[in-house]
Amino acid sequence: MKRYWKYAKPYLSAFIIGPILMIVEVIGEVVMPWLLSNIIDNGINGGKGVSYIIAMGITMVVTALCMMAGGVGGAYFAIKASSGFANDLRKDLFRKIQRFSFTNIDQYQPGSLITRLTNDITQVQNMIQMLMRMALRAPGMLIGALIMAFALNPGLALVILCVMPLLGIAIYFIMKVAFPRFTNMQKKLDALNTTTQENLTNIRVVKSFVRERHEEDKFRRANTELKDSTLSAMNVVIFAIPVMTLAMNITTLAVVWFGGNQIIAGSLTPGVLTAFINYVVQILVSLMLVSFIILNSSRTLASARRINEVMRTDIDLTDENAAHKDMVVRRGKIEFRNVYFKYYKNNEKWVLENINLVINPGETVGIIGSTGSGKSSLVQLIPRLYDADRGEVLVDDVNVKDYSLKNLRTGVGIVLQKNVLFSGTIRENLMWGNEEASDEEIQRWAESAQAHGFITSFPEGYETELGQGGVNVSGGQKQRLCIARTLLKRPKILILDDSTSAVDTATEARIRESFRNELKGTTKIIIAQRISSVMDADKIVVLDDGKIVGMGTHEELMESCEAYAEIYYSQMEKKVTAS
Amino acid sequence: MSRISEERKQALLRRYGSKMANVKAGPGAMKMPGPGPGPGGRRGGFGGPGPRGAMIKGGKPKNASATINRLLAYIGRDKVKILFVFACVLGSSVAGLGGSYILRPVINNLVSAGSAEEKMRNLVMGLLIMAGIYVVGVLCTYLQQKIMIGVSQNALVRIREELFAKIQKLPLKYHDTHTHGDIMSRFTNDLDSVGEMLNHTMVQIFSGVITLIGTITLMFVTNWILAIVTIATIPMLFYAGGFLGKKSRKYFAGQQQALGAVNGYIEESITGQKVIKVFCHEETAMEEFDFLSDDLREKQIKAQFFGGIMGPVMGNLSQISYAITATVGGILCLTANFDIGGLTIFTNYSRQFSRPVSELSMQMNTIFAALAGAERVFEVMDEMPETADPADAIAICSEANPVEGAKRIKGEVVLKNVTFGYVPGKTVLKRINVTAKPGQKIAFVGSTGAGKTTITNLINRFYEIEEGEIFIDGINIKKIKKDSLRSNIAMVLQDTHLFSGTVRENIRYGRLDASDEEVVAAAKIACAHSFIERLPNGYDTVLEGDGANLSQGERQLLNIARAAISKAPILILDEATSSVDTRTEKYIERGMDRLMRNRTTFVIAHRLSTVRNADLIIVLEHGEIIEQGTHEELLALGGRYYQLYTGAVELD
Repeated sequence: MKRYWKYAKPYLSAFIIGPILMIVEVIGEVVMPWLLSNIIDNGINGGKGVSYIIAMGITMVVTALCMMAGGVGGAYFAIKASSGFANDLRKDLFRKIQRFSFTNIDQYQPGSLITRLTNDITQVQNMIQMLMRMALRAPGMLIGALIMAFALNPGLALVILCVMPLLGIAIYFIMKVAFPRFTNMQKKLDALNTTTQENLTNIRVVKSFVRERHEEDKFRRANTELKDSTLSAMNVVIFAIPVMTLAMNITTLAVVWFGGNQIIAGSLTPGVLTAFINYVVQILVSLMLVSFIILNSSRTLASARRINEVMRTDIDLTDENAAHKDMVVRRGKIEFRNVYFKYYKNNEKWVLENINLVINPGETVGIIGSTGSGKSSLVQLIPRLYDADRGEVLVDDVNVKDYSLKNLRTGVGIVLQKNVLFSGTIRENLMWGNEEASDEEIQRWAESAQAHGFITSFPEGYETELGQGGVNVSGGQKQRLCIARTLLKRPKILILDDSTSAVDTATEARIRESFRNELKGTTKIIIAQRISSVMDADKIVVLDDGKIVGMGTHEELMESCEAYAEIYYSQMEKKVTAS
Repeated sequence: MSRISEERKQALLRRYGSKMANVKAGPGAMKMPGPGPGPGGRRGGFGGPGPRGAMIKGGKPKNASATINRLLAYIGRDKVKILFVFACVLGSSVAGLGGSYILRPVINNLVSAGSAEEKMRNLVMGLLIMAGIYVVGVLCTYLQQKIMIGVSQNALVRIREELFAKIQKLPLKYHDTHTHGDIMSRFTNDLDSVGEMLNHTMVQIFSGVITLIGTITLMFVTNWILAIVTIATIPMLFYAGGFLGKKSRKYFAGQQQALGAVNGYIEESITGQKVIKVFCHEETAMEEFDFLSDDLREKQIKAQFFGGIMGPVMGNLSQISYAITATVGGILCLTANFDIGGLTIFTNYSRQFSRPVSELSMQMNTIFAALAGAERVFEVMDEMPETADPADAIAICSEANPVEGAKRIKGEVVLKNVTFGYVPGKTVLKRINVTAKPGQKIAFVGSTGAGKTTITNLINRFYEIEEGEIFIDGINIKKIKKDSLRSNIAMVLQDTHLFSGTVRENIRYGRLDASDEEVVAAAKIACAHSFIERLPNGYDTVLEGDGANLSQGERQLLNIARAAISKAPILILDEATSSVDTRTEKYIERGMDRLMRNRTTFVIAHRLSTVRNADLIIVLEHGEIIEQGTHEELLALGGRYYQLYTGAVELD
């Protein structure tokens, strides 16, 4: 809760003024019946006459106008404070997520993070607004009406006091039973959403395997479960209103009984009884509001908890302790010393074991190995997308942990296996590499990545909006755009993680050619499936099951490394048979 | 110093805010999973004054009455229950009115000129009557709510199911041009608004109307002068309500757009978070988000203000009418022999009367949001589904898997003069002619964008061709039932798509009635068995969404296993092993050979080692076939294929 103080502080004045203004409304509400009883008792029975009544009437109208001003003002401040609070919280949450390491990100499903930034914040916002408008009003009305009731006639007021606790207990029980059911309902809703989302993402698979009926059955099950859990929760909640109404009714009956007796005996005026009946209603309505607030706050608590979870996450990869924050990557030398790594710290099995590797500045290194052998994991340690569990990774003879993340990642460019482009023009996407790139630079590196050709074939060229429909950017084109984007960074170390799997061999050869010519000083690491992609590298590293099983030039490996030779022959078989 | 220019700010608003979620389209363009903002709505609907509408999704409805009718139709299926509900509403409203009316004689009795015993007796009787009325009222309230919730939930279940079923039938073109986030938001936000309305609003409107009518009647019965005084204040209420409503709707639209922009940006950033980190783009992302979030706050405050003050304004206007009523009533008591009991209850009526009016006006937001939401839902339901099979469409089956009433096919596939484009005017395939004899392996190669995937999209009728024909065993595929056609074609796509569930379930997706042994056998063919065994629970390991706990290559192997288990006579492999290393691919090859035996296979690959042993290799360029033949023939030609192939060999 202390965390939230930080967000409330800037709006403190609103948080205070708002509820105060609401109190004006409350006071007015409480005063009105009393003024009415004045009209009855003094004006009519007390003989003060028409002018008195009119005076009272005017007072009432003025009171009502004050109430309106109070209510409007209260609403204004409530909205201002809650929107501001929520806005700041939302921005901070986004910021926190931006600082997440890859491991942190992996802990959450993307959908879950999105929901926390949207729906959960909304819940908190709504609750704040409601609290501000009700928090003082409901108890205020309650207390005010009770005070007035007591002031008017303590005896009758006691009647009300007797009923209240019983009502409170009833509401408490209702909520206790309802809360876990609401939690369950949320889960079922999540499940329904997941089913729907998966179906939409996988619609091609569904259609091609003709599984529409199957999917509909899945959906029906989730749908029914949601309905059942909703009904189960709601069926409890709907007891609330009848119970409260009953309480109100019983109280009214009691008040009329006791009050009536007193009137008959002459110790109570009808005006007071009238006012009292009004107060009974007010008190019980305010009790209803209070319980409504409490009910909702239990849902909001869940949202707040989820937001907290993210805010409290320990970022496990920071450059706080970096010793050389100003250092930049100058030469491009990479070294792995006894590196061990695994993604899930609870797993026994290492993803990378005992990696020892030296890559000299300007070298071209190929990494090859079977599926799941650890190639991507290896290279991701270099720009510290993940940290090694044991051993050291060094760039330019300095431990990567001693660089500032910004400098490290500016100097090390990596094209990930899964390619993501963002909404915007092609130019805007490419400029992620260098926000100040000139058109010539953009074109130069697009050409190098063999992307310029197809970009200019689009009617709008570099200004083509990606993702606005109409443009079919195929897998290979996407890959080339991602390569161009990284090239624009002019990194000292360039890592390509299987970034040409969707590109045909001729184009790929041209890309490699342009690398050879234009990236002479850059250290290049290429992960690929095709031997042809890595055959002319200065050094080839062969990985198997997380260990380096071969390192050397193509010729050396053909002699010494069985795994390498296998891969080679599996691709070059034709050469052997045809000639 | 701001990193983002004014231009960029405008672009952000435009790009992300055009729909509820991000709008990205076009086949092959990036797909963002977008779950959309989740469940909203408040439960436990109390009718009292309260801040509602803080974040009601939706906007202005376009054709209100048609939508309302359609919605009512869903509820209308529970006609009897609805009638019962309305009877209960009637009962509870009448009880409410009666309860307050009865106070008049009770109080009058207390101040009348009778004896104490008489008064006492009357009091007791009055109380008993009141008690009776109250009990009826409470019972009716409870029953009405209980039944109504059941009815509205049933309606929601029906709408959801129909929406889902409809989505299954929509052509791929729809899916390619609408983002998942957008569709999802119709399931969540839009239906939530509808649910909210069905749950509470309908009943409240009805009860409000009854209460109103009843109260007015009683007011007139009690004292017509006062009644007129009170009613004279109604126009004031309506005017205020209308004015505020109009203002709030206007700002509402702005809020929705800003909300959509924020949601869209969040979706994209979170999904692409790793790329943002790799490019140190975090600072820019934070700034851009700050801008969008601030924009939302501004628009929110405006929109919610007008909606939010409806309560205080309407409520206090009715206080004013209460004040006027009390004054005039008091004067009447003095001057016109109006009894005090009557004044008491009249002031109650005045309160009771204005409450439904203000509640109704506050419901307007809910109603409009619900109607807009329902419209969006119906919009999807009204989309053209895939064209229905013609009446004379036949079913087909393979020799290996005979089905009653289906024509046995051997798997010969012929494409004749096929010309096609996704977008009119932009032809992707030009006059393609291919003949695949049963059991043959046909490979398509060519540069990206040449049209290879498109051909496979046409064979199983994901898209329909306008020009040209495709035949299976001489039967035009348009004459084959779509379901039958597709169940006889097994596809392994480039993008791996797995479902949450166990590994076993995922493989079994290929053929739901496959036995466990068959699942293992299929996994072995795909060389997936060994890594599956190494998973924590083996075949019963639960896969996270889209198999996040496996590597890309492993996911592809599961894809292949899924196709292996289906007994379809035609197989399409689209870059099925692009993420699998060549050594593993070689091991798979034997399995793949078994996979492809007796099946007509279409293979698309960039890796020429995959296509080398095809019976026929077709080289596509810009949608046209420029070369075809066997591997040796094409090499001998020394043309494009030779170029593509020797690009690999060159460095030998």
